[in-house]
Amino acid sequence: MPELCSVVCVKVVPKPEEVRVDPQTRLLDRLNARSEINPPDMNALEMALGLKDRYGGTINLLSMGPVSFEPYLRVGLAMGCDHIYLLSDRAFAGADTLATTYTLAQAIHKLGGADLVFCGEESSDGATGQVPSGLAEWLGIAQLTLLIEIDADTEHGLARGRREIKGGYEILEVPLPCVVSVKTAANEPRFMDYRIKDWAFEPLAAGRPGRVTIWSAGDLDADPQCIGLNGSPTWVSALAQAPSRDRKHIFIEGSSAEIAVQLVKLIQDNL
Amino acid sequence: MAASLFPPNLENKILLVYLEQEQGQLEGVSLELLAKGRELVDQMNQFESSSKWKVSGLLLGDQVEGLATLAIACGADEIHLAEHPLLQNFTIEAYSRAAFQVVMETRAGVFLLGATPDGRDLAGRLAVRLRTGLNADCTGLEMEAENGILVSEISGFGGGVLAMIQMQQHRPQMATVRPGVFSALDPDPHRTGKVIQIEVDLTPEMVHTRLVERSVGHGVDLRKVPVLVAGGRGMHGDFDTLRKLAQQLGGEVGATRPPVDEGHIERERQIGQTGVVCSPRIAICCGISGAFHFVVGIEKAGNVIAINSDPQASIFESADYCVLGDVHQLIPALIAELEKQGWSASSSDEGRGIADREAAYA
Repeated sequence: MPELCSVVCVKVVPKPEEVRVDPQTRLLDRLNARSEINPPDMNALEMALGLKDRYGGTINLLSMGPVSFEPYLRVGLAMGCDHIYLLSDRAFAGADTLATTYTLAQAIHKLGGADLVFCGEESSDGATGQVPSGLAEWLGIAQLTLLIEIDADTEHGLARGRREIKGGYEILEVPLPCVVSVKTAANEPRFMDYRIKDWAFEPLAAGRPGRVTIWSAGDLDADPQCIGLNGSPTWVSALAQAPSRDRKHIFIEGSSAEIAVQLVKLIQDNL
Repeated sequence: MAASLFPPNLENKILLVYLEQEQGQLEGVSLELLAKGRELVDQMNQFESSSKWKVSGLLLGDQVEGLATLAIACGADEIHLAEHPLLQNFTIEAYSRAAFQVVMETRAGVFLLGATPDGRDLAGRLAVRLRTGLNADCTGLEMEAENGILVSEISGFGGGVLAMIQMQQHRPQMATVRPGVFSALDPDPHRTGKVIQIEVDLTPEMVHTRLVERSVGHGVDLRKVPVLVAGGRGMHGDFDTLRKLAQQLGGEVGATRPPVDEGHIERERQIGQTGVVCSPRIAICCGISGAFHFVVGIEKAGNVIAINSDPQASIFESADYCVLGDVHQLIPALIAELEKQGWSASSSDEGRGIADREAAYA
């Protein structure tokens, strides 16, 4: 069977549990938070690695962001990916869904396409979940979304996936190539392979073919009017504090039995 | 900046709502969007009496015309109906093609979809095909009366920050809206509207997605339950006790993200920013720390009771009634007290089962 060529799109985000909200300003304190690969993207990566385990092939990790994201992405190499492509350029900054999906699609074209393009269900910082199908549209290929399992058949050029929906499930089949979005927590991402960890974290060196390639806007055959802030129709017109509802904050005290009596009364009165 | 397929000066004053249907039933979020669309359009038309904004529904399927009547009763002025055997089941190819055709024929200024799995897939495809912007998973919508600009509210990650997003030069102004943030109108059988039949040209070769197998249950809709019993990490996976309590109170069980990720409870019961936003009369939060991601999901609850052993738990800031103590003692005590007072888990029993209480509401 022909080998599979996969691309996994990942985003580096601040660790949600380390992002604190300033109680006064209600703004995010991202500075003191460490970053990580967006957890749903790790599920996408694991799904791609599972197919590589079964059928062989190559996996390219594709990401967009500052060069400082590179060390976080190398975790992917240590898990079994073959190469990292990081799209890094000020011109890419400020991209909304339309510009982001366009830029990723241009990078995938430059890679010569892929049999499977994996994405996480959503990003933990934005949680919009609209990138996978937008990307499929730019690439003009099929899609399978919110998958918990996948199998591929390169001989017949098919991918088949299982998704959980509406209290049940469905199994869908599409022709390759296709975009796959992976349901959060669909699988248990593997640990780094310590036999290749040193290799994975080997620094970039001049004159040596590395495992990390950084592409700027000029490296992609991209329309400058379609990338970054320029290519983003939507803009943030205002930021507001989330209104917090006034609650009564009445503490109920006593023994468990006494508290239970009071709670039952409260439930009766308010139901 | 690259232009959308049609510019603002060629838009029609149409607020188009995608009417998602499954086996002859309209999705709740579609009815919620009709109600919000009605409100926005009425405001626009009131601001300028010459303005003629209207709410249009986009209904795709096979033999679904009957749903048009319900959509009109729930706020639509007209329905664009495309029926075709290839629209019987949702496939992204057939549905995006038909929806694209209707958007281009109507040149709708605004296009709203529910942020459901299919709604998100469809919106993501169409926004790119139309070369327009998409505001995803919105928690609020307003329109600026003087210029018809849609302002979408999106809750930012982790923090209590809301971002207002809009676009000026691209049409349609697209948004997907989270289920449960708006309320549907009660159907008014006296409302009238017209149904516009759309001919769509679909052939089997266009459809690449093959449905191999499908088994859809009824699922559970936590948005409208009277009582929500929610558990967090502090329950240590003991959701059976919470199920019992929920059953006694005629409610349902929900959870924060960790118990869902750990497999203690179904994902469709996750409450909060990436889960369900619900509006029960009473929410009982058990062993929940109170992270913002969760709290947004109970913001609309009538009364919040929180039980937690940590006096610093931020859930108490979001609660009306706070109990400092061990959930593993307090929940059984509460269940026992309810039983003592005749709240039976099986509603058909004598005493004050929830069925009787619900009957009293009716």
